[in-house]
Amino acid sequence: MNDVSELTITALRFGFLLLLWVLIFSIVSTMRRDFQIGRKAVTGVPTAREVRKHPELAATPPPAIQHARNLVVTEGPLKGTTVPLAASPILLGRAQEATLVLEDDYASGRHARLFPQGSRWFIEDLGSTNGTYLADQQLTRALPVELGVPVRIGKTVIELRP
Amino acid sequence: MIQTETAPKPRRNVELLLIVLALAVGIGASALVSLNSDMGLDSDFWFQSSLLAVAAFAFHIVLRLRAKYADPVILPIVVALNGLGLALIHRMDGPGDDTGNNQLRWTLIAMAVSIAVIWFLKDHRILRRFTYISLAASALLLVLPLVPGISAGEVLGASVWIRIGPMTFQPGEIAKITLAIFFAGYLSSNRDLILLAGRKIGPMQFPRFKDLGPMITAWLVSIGVLVFQRDLGSSVLFFGLFIVMIYVATSRISWVVIGLALILGGGFIASKIFSHVAFRIDSWINAFTPEVFGRSPGGSGQIVQGLFGMADGGLVGTGLGQGRPDLVPFANSDMIVALIGEELGLIGLFAVVMLYLLLFTRGFRAALGTRDAFGKLLACGLSFAIALQCFVVIGGVTRLIPLTGLTTPFLAAGGSSLLANWIIVGLLLMISNTARGPVDTTPMVNKPPTTSSHGTVKTPTGQTPSAPTEAVKHQ
Repeated sequence: MNDVSELTITALRFGFLLLLWVLIFSIVSTMRRDFQIGRKAVTGVPTAREVRKHPELAATPPPAIQHARNLVVTEGPLKGTTVPLAASPILLGRAQEATLVLEDDYASGRHARLFPQGSRWFIEDLGSTNGTYLADQQLTRALPVELGVPVRIGKTVIELRP
Repeated sequence: MIQTETAPKPRRNVELLLIVLALAVGIGASALVSLNSDMGLDSDFWFQSSLLAVAAFAFHIVLRLRAKYADPVILPIVVALNGLGLALIHRMDGPGDDTGNNQLRWTLIAMAVSIAVIWFLKDHRILRRFTYISLAASALLLVLPLVPGISAGEVLGASVWIRIGPMTFQPGEIAKITLAIFFAGYLSSNRDLILLAGRKIGPMQFPRFKDLGPMITAWLVSIGVLVFQRDLGSSVLFFGLFIVMIYVATSRISWVVIGLALILGGGFIASKIFSHVAFRIDSWINAFTPEVFGRSPGGSGQIVQGLFGMADGGLVGTGLGQGRPDLVPFANSDMIVALIGEELGLIGLFAVVMLYLLLFTRGFRAALGTRDAFGKLLACGLSFAIALQCFVVIGGVTRLIPLTGLTTPFLAAGGSSLLANWIIVGLLLMISNTARGPVDTTPMVNKPPTTSSHGTVKTPTGQTPSAPTEAVKHQ
């Protein structure tokens, strides 16, 4: 064979198995810290332990959130229409399956979608021809809709009201 | 709102450290193989090891430049698995065999392609534009092996190979990526329709037929693979991918129930109609019967020899290069798991299974973290494809389920499988980059309208919207 002794080979054999598991445990310990970062970034709320350490974090109570209860059309052919908001998403457009059927020639069939997430409502453009505008900014992705901020779809303008 | 968010950390240095460890595993395995053969640590060993190391570090540097926030453990896991696979395939090479070198060549090609994907694609969301092109590409890739001119004919009972010049390639491996892209793109845009529209029969809600048309096409494709290419493994993989992605998208358990019923029913019918499926099932249930063991087509000799090998390995294995895996047919591809069980023992085999599990969890972590539905579905689908492949192969080798011809990701000899899996890794890294990176709060820049089919009016971002009179009027 060659000059490597039997003992060395055996030691290397077990050393290799050990190395495999050292790799796995280093990966898992990396992941543990990684998950912690993820948790903080997702919730953004201090844990009880962090509050104990830094009491100033708990001092500011969260501002009272006013929930949107109604969707009101303020401009356009359907002006004055009010739609009560439940927990389900709302489809806006000219198509008959839309929740609020817009009789607006400048709106697309499936124009935009208004959906609740957490305590807020988000608006998302569904690839409409003329676009959806949130406070005069054209939507490029789903954005939260605050109370009283106008959303323009074609000639129709809607708002969320408490 | 109280802000305790920590800034996202790239953690590329951790990755570098883990890559060094992973290379130690891969090159260490190679060194043990060489020490146990007559060659010793010759120049070939050093040359091949340095090639693998250079490729891994190059990949790492590309991640530093292009995907700074990508998951730091995905690349080390894959490098460790691939390095281990290279060592094992090299170990099985007889004198004059070139499988090991060929595998190294394919590893380098696959890593280069994966780097190119990360470098040029930049953002996985671009792939969403190719939803239907992906469906067409999948169908094309799956039909290619049946086209007379380039088909490599029936190899080992399945016609899944094409021949381009001196090379053979399995296009079905790439098809699993394009199918995942199609499912992700289609389900992310039509999720609500599939969920909400449709009629309810009993406790289950059935979607409208027209919403499911493309999905049924995809399902037919996977059945077609089984019937025309006689490839049971790929068929199970495609169908599993289909079920999981629709389940993840709609979170309806009824899909999983229907899917499992269809798989079991389809498997039962296939075992009655196709002899190769019947042989597979017979050699699974009656593996130790002498006549089944020695049967010429479709015998259980391969599985049973693999089981004997793993039993011989015991807890700590016989040591790399010291077992007798040459008794097992295809020990470097289909049965590589049996080879690991024999030479590294249960401890080594569990380490490998653990690496796959960690890779899978990282894929799902990326899916949880990313904010777009398409990315979520794509990451789920791709990491599930890897997990399902592992289950089907390891389950087949350990006689939990019938043995089917799927490759063990990154370990088994086979260029097309390596290429496809490295591309999957590239996509997962890209998705995890958006998942772990800082949230992009700047408005997405719209590209200027190209030749628009219906006269799209787009205002540049930041400008006041055009008056409705300029907008397009319907009808």
